Amino acid sequence: MPTRPDETDPSVPPEAGAPTGAPAALEAREVVKSFGGVHALRGADLLVRPGEVHALMGENGAGKSTLIKLLTGVYRPDDGVIALHGTERAFRTPLEAQAAGISTIYQEVNLVPMMSVARNLFLGREPRRRGLVDVRAMNRMSGEILERYGVRVDVTAPVHTLGLGARQMVALARAVRLDAKVVIMDEPTSSLEPREVQTLFGVIRTLREQGASVVFVSHRLDELYEICDRVTVLRDGRTVHTGAMAELPRTELVALMLGRALLAAHDGRVTAFAPDKAQRQAAPDDEALGELLPAARRKWGRGKDRDRQAGGPGGPGGPGGPALSISGLTDRHRLRGVSLDVEPGEVVGLGGLLGAGRSETAQAVIGARPATGAVKVGGKEIRRRSPQAAVRAGIAMLAEDRKADGVIPGLSVRENIVLAALPRLSRAGIVSTARQDRIVEFFMTRLRIKASSPAQLVQDLSGGNQQKVLLARWMCLNPRVLLLDEPTRGIDVGAKAEVQTIIDQLAAEGIGVLLISSELDELIEGSDRVVVLHTGSVAARLDGDEVTAPNLMRALAGEGSDSGAEAGLEAGLEAGLEAGLEFLEPPQTAEEGAS
Amino acid sequence: MTAAVLEPVDGAGTRDRVLDLAQRYGVYAALVVLIAVATAMNSDFMSVSNWRVQLFQVAPTVLVALGMALVIGTEGVDLSVGATIALAASIIPLYIGYGPAPAIVLALLLGAAAGLVGGAMVAFAGVQPIVATLSLMIGLRGLAELMNGAAAKPVEDPSILDLGEHGIAGVPVMAWIALAATGAVAYTVRRTTFGRQLVAIGDNKRASLLAGLPVRRVLVTVYVLSGILAALAGVLIVGHGAEADPANQGLNMELSAITAVVVGGTPLSGGRVRVLGTVAGAMFMQLASAVLIQHNVPTSTTQIVEAVLICLAVYVSRERGTR
Repeated sequence: MPTRPDETDPSVPPEAGAPTGAPAALEAREVVKSFGGVHALRGADLLVRPGEVHALMGENGAGKSTLIKLLTGVYRPDDGVIALHGTERAFRTPLEAQAAGISTIYQEVNLVPMMSVARNLFLGREPRRRGLVDVRAMNRMSGEILERYGVRVDVTAPVHTLGLGARQMVALARAVRLDAKVVIMDEPTSSLEPREVQTLFGVIRTLREQGASVVFVSHRLDELYEICDRVTVLRDGRTVHTGAMAELPRTELVALMLGRALLAAHDGRVTAFAPDKAQRQAAPDDEALGELLPAARRKWGRGKDRDRQAGGPGGPGGPGGPALSISGLTDRHRLRGVSLDVEPGEVVGLGGLLGAGRSETAQAVIGARPATGAVKVGGKEIRRRSPQAAVRAGIAMLAEDRKADGVIPGLSVRENIVLAALPRLSRAGIVSTARQDRIVEFFMTRLRIKASSPAQLVQDLSGGNQQKVLLARWMCLNPRVLLLDEPTRGIDVGAKAEVQTIIDQLAAEGIGVLLISSELDELIEGSDRVVVLHTGSVAARLDGDEVTAPNLMRALAGEGSDSGAEAGLEAGLEAGLEAGLEFLEPPQTAEEGAS
Repeated sequence: MTAAVLEPVDGAGTRDRVLDLAQRYGVYAALVVLIAVATAMNSDFMSVSNWRVQLFQVAPTVLVALGMALVIGTEGVDLSVGATIALAASIIPLYIGYGPAPAIVLALLLGAAAGLVGGAMVAFAGVQPIVATLSLMIGLRGLAELMNGAAAKPVEDPSILDLGEHGIAGVPVMAWIALAATGAVAYTVRRTTFGRQLVAIGDNKRASLLAGLPVRRVLVTVYVLSGILAALAGVLIVGHGAEADPANQGLNMELSAITAVVVGGTPLSGGRVRVLGTVAGAMFMQLASAVLIQHNVPTSTTQIVEAVLICLAVYVSRERGTR
């Protein structure tokens, strides 16, 4: 690699080596780190001022995690200086960094699943009375602490009974000591719902007011622009930009990270979805897939063929009616009569706040969650719902929790891709390696899965590549319906755009897609229609031109509560909207299932 | 996570890699070293008669350990295999009157039935494998003694005795059977849908379920296979000893089998089945104790050495990293 600075760099970080007034809360100067010949950092700078929220951006592999680990004493730099409040420091262990006032929250939640919430919060620093753990005090204090984070849970319940978001909050509460000078958050929001994100931001603002500095890593641009004061962008182990967050346009930020003007073609849009739904393109090598999976293709018929037969006896979508039809889905806690249809070749967005029942709907459809109500695929009802029956009927679900519900970590990319399709690739129970390898190669090329070989273990891949492996797993079943639960959560910008493009392609091939996303941009730009859930039932249905940020906001707001305004901060909205919210009548429409 | 690919090169990574290599190939290296040392110390060790004895001893363990490896691959354990051996043994003298083939088939069917019960408890009732098979372990041995009576019964059928005593090309029939079973199980794990699903379920059961895998069917099948393999071992043991002795046959076999699997490098956390490693593990434990006994080391010391070997194997194969 040449050491010549990249031509697209707008500026060399002005702050580096030239502190302005007060010493930086935390500073890294020209830090270098390599792992056996591989350079992770080639001279990165970071300057965090006291009392600011500082965004640290970069694609996967840019060196963000390495830099964070240098700052927190997990690694030591090969070269360069790390300074805390103007004093040069060399942390040898994470404990030393913590003692110096640097708290860290990692993307992966590290809690003891079988221990109670309170126990986890106070792990290693339990309040004691006469030498024994003072359980009562511990539980009371835990309740108080979590209250600040907007989490109301039974603190004596084991952590594994909590939802992902609540677990993240517990981890956060444990990591952030109130006397922390610098808090480093590595993708803290990747498993949070919009409302929880707002609670987190509340905590961050409190920290800022107390004069603490926060280093914030996230892939969600909306969040960065909302909470961060300044930003540092890393690329290929170097700092390529430092400046005020508000002065850096989104497209430029993304271009800085990717090193190319990726989003220029999207014309102000922030996702890679096709601007015009009618012009979704099928993947160019779609025919090749047809040859690879002839049996499956014959079974469902091609999407275009179905379109040609539109208006047939089955209904608007072609023979057999909608790809997926849900009616009156109800369970004991979360779902109260959810009904919706997905036509072939259509992307239906499923929106809603935390607890609205989006993931639960998807899980109930594939039978992973007990519920009453009817699920029809192509007009044919699935009688005894189970994931197996769902796969047989042509429904596939990309689960929200990639690690727990998606990948088989110890198996290779190859085996993860063909996992669900094994019976179709086998004769008399014996897997045809030739067919398997052809399919794996096809999908690794088509989805641009970056792995050293098909034999690489999935656990060693980046989040974005893991997600593509899971998409490939479902695509090689050639499903009729795809349920995508937060398909772009926690993956880098490049992979995100690729996944969005793939969703468009799948729709173009005639698959009915139900897209669950907490990102309004994704729902608005990716969906033909959006169905909004509120506390377990359908609150609104937005069609075509109605799918706009203000409309979606109103629907999410449900019965006019404040929570809608919180969630709305996700999107870049017109300023007047918040005021307008007060005058809205409850948009709760009549129960569709009842009619 | 972004630096995950780079991490193995770091300090702690080197140690992990050494341990990983030890887990994967350690048992073969240990086996070679053991044979070399034993031969150097005692020239009789490489004699045909010694190897015949060792193969007779190890063949039933290999059969049972193969089934155990499959069960452990699903993050389970089958403690009932020793009792299944006794059950299979006890049926032989009762039905040998109908001829050897029906008696053997019946014994294998009983083994399958025992596995079916254990597997159903695990897969459908959600009982922990250790509890389900522990109850079977107790119950089945009681059943075997009930059918056979507490005292040993002689078996004189020549076909069954041939299975336990004779050789083909100088190698015991038992060893040939174990070899064939090894090949079959290895093929099953690597090339069949069932084998691949088994490993996936052991690694991440929930994800496998959501991927539409027939989780329950696979789990039940695994325990049935383990039961059949244990019953087959029981038949061979009866042939070798020329008697059915349900009070003593197959005693502690579940532990020997687990040891062989663990020493062979299969992690108890599931998601991986090392078939050849399991066979090598069984061989290694057999030869190690034989060498110690041949050198007049007291049984008590032999047991302590075995314990150390097991600890060592578990240390190398324990779960590592951030999985």
